[in-house]
Amino acid sequence: MLTKPVNELQITHRQRIWLYVVSVLALIFLVGPIVIVFPSSFSDSRFLSFPPDNYSLRWYYHYFGSTEWMAATWVSLRVSVAACFLAGVLGLTAAYAITQLSNRFGRWVEVTMLLPLMVPLIITAIGVFFVYSEFGLLRTIPGLMLSHTMLTIPFVIVTARSGLKSFDMNQEKAARSLGASRLRAFVDVTLPQIRGSVIAGMIFAFIYALDEVVVSIFISGGVNSTLTKRMFTALRNEIDPTIAAISSILIVFSLLVVLIGMWLAGGRSAKVDQ
Amino acid sequence: MSVSSAPASNVALIRRTEWSERATFLALMLPALLAVGVLLLLPLAWLAGQSFLFPEPTLAHYSRIFTDGAYWRSFKTTFEISFLVTGLAILIGYPLCYFLSQLPSRLAIFGLFLVLVPFWTSLLVRTYAWMVLLQRTGPINDFFRSIGIVDAPLELMNNFTGTVIGMLHIMLPFLILPLYATMKKIDFDLMKASVSLGAHPIRAFWTIYFPLSMPGLVAGALLVFVLSLGFYVTPQLLGGGRVVMVSMLIQRNVELYFEWGAASSVAVVLLVMIGIIFWVLNRFLAVERVFGAR
Repeated sequence: MLTKPVNELQITHRQRIWLYVVSVLALIFLVGPIVIVFPSSFSDSRFLSFPPDNYSLRWYYHYFGSTEWMAATWVSLRVSVAACFLAGVLGLTAAYAITQLSNRFGRWVEVTMLLPLMVPLIITAIGVFFVYSEFGLLRTIPGLMLSHTMLTIPFVIVTARSGLKSFDMNQEKAARSLGASRLRAFVDVTLPQIRGSVIAGMIFAFIYALDEVVVSIFISGGVNSTLTKRMFTALRNEIDPTIAAISSILIVFSLLVVLIGMWLAGGRSAKVDQ
Repeated sequence: MSVSSAPASNVALIRRTEWSERATFLALMLPALLAVGVLLLLPLAWLAGQSFLFPEPTLAHYSRIFTDGAYWRSFKTTFEISFLVTGLAILIGYPLCYFLSQLPSRLAIFGLFLVLVPFWTSLLVRTYAWMVLLQRTGPINDFFRSIGIVDAPLELMNNFTGTVIGMLHIMLPFLILPLYATMKKIDFDLMKASVSLGAHPIRAFWTIYFPLSMPGLVAGALLVFVLSLGFYVTPQLLGGGRVVMVSMLIQRNVELYFEWGAASSVAVVLLVMIGIIFWVLNRFLAVERVFGAR
């Protein structure tokens, strides 16, 4: 390692040690809070403590034994899976049409469909709340599925668009000139080559729908409360250690979903490359 | 052969095909457009209407923002927090990105993984983690007391400090990802060239590297700022009700007081501000690229 400058213009590692210190501290700041959730979830205490004095699985038993938490988890999973697939289909068809149109109108549509990411969730939430109170969709599963589909369409649009941009549409034209219908050409020629980006978008959609808090607070409730709504309410009232157990499970689950998704997305497109 | 010299029947056929193609594309984007239109655009238009018409035609909801101290304070708090979070994110994020972009690729991937882990972790979980860390009997207070800096536990949450710390943690990856992508594309030979021509490395950094990293920095910073302006969950939980951001003003007016007029005027003002920022952002970087970084 260089400890002395080669000439007066050289900056040594020692001179920029502050850069390494700041960077490592920043990384600790980013990851540390997530790491401490795990030990605190194994606490035996009724009060939140870190590090815990005694370890137990008490809060995990409490989570899996509670009908309310289990119901909320089930609601969240159903809503996120539905949103993931609905956003996948709606986002993919829209991205395909936008790419094919490739005019000002298409560009305008694209920006419109990115709006759910740009409008603050609190405003989206009161808007959806208003519409649902008119149509009687408040506190219903279909209502949650619809709103979360709308919220996650942008993710699929963004990834599918980038996949389609690097895809040569002439291949689809070739298939159609040889007699395939548009649908057939899309499914057999285009889709396999952009599958990775579509799956990536759907994974974003799933995780986002699972984690979404603000809209869920407003439109879910009663037996159809989402997991995030119950967690938010619990946190607002008191710090319940059950949340630590749920959080640990959520962290591991989200990372697993992302890793599996990356493997699926990467694996599939790699296969096509061969 | 151009279309105009083709027989008339062919021209008609081509036109028909063209129109049927357009109709197909329109039909394909219709479901997604409907979802966004009915669940987002329609309510936004309705909110804009309510801000002038609730319960009768009036401008009172807008004048209230400027005359009512509580509303004015809330906008001020929101801007203070957003500026502070954005500034801190730049101070921490820029060196980190610079460091990561110069690491050998394996280490850099590991570093990026450490940035992405919080990014993939639920917002609520991360806010909860900070509640554990920052509470009166939490590890941070224990540490301070054990090394004897403080006698009584510091109030780190249910206030401004806690809100800023929690929000900084959520927002930092939004700055890092576009900035890192920009820095990775900067040709480091430019720096070497300028140093070989006699510039001091620090001068080379400020005249060559920093301006080249600006697009990523501006995109990331504006994104952090915009997201902070409308943020709800973390300030609500870590602010303990003492930090009233604009988002909470909206939530309280709807959920507690059923005051759609007040809520919608605040929402409209917030939306207009965010719209202007996105318009500026779009001049630096296509909007979908910003989110593509996710």
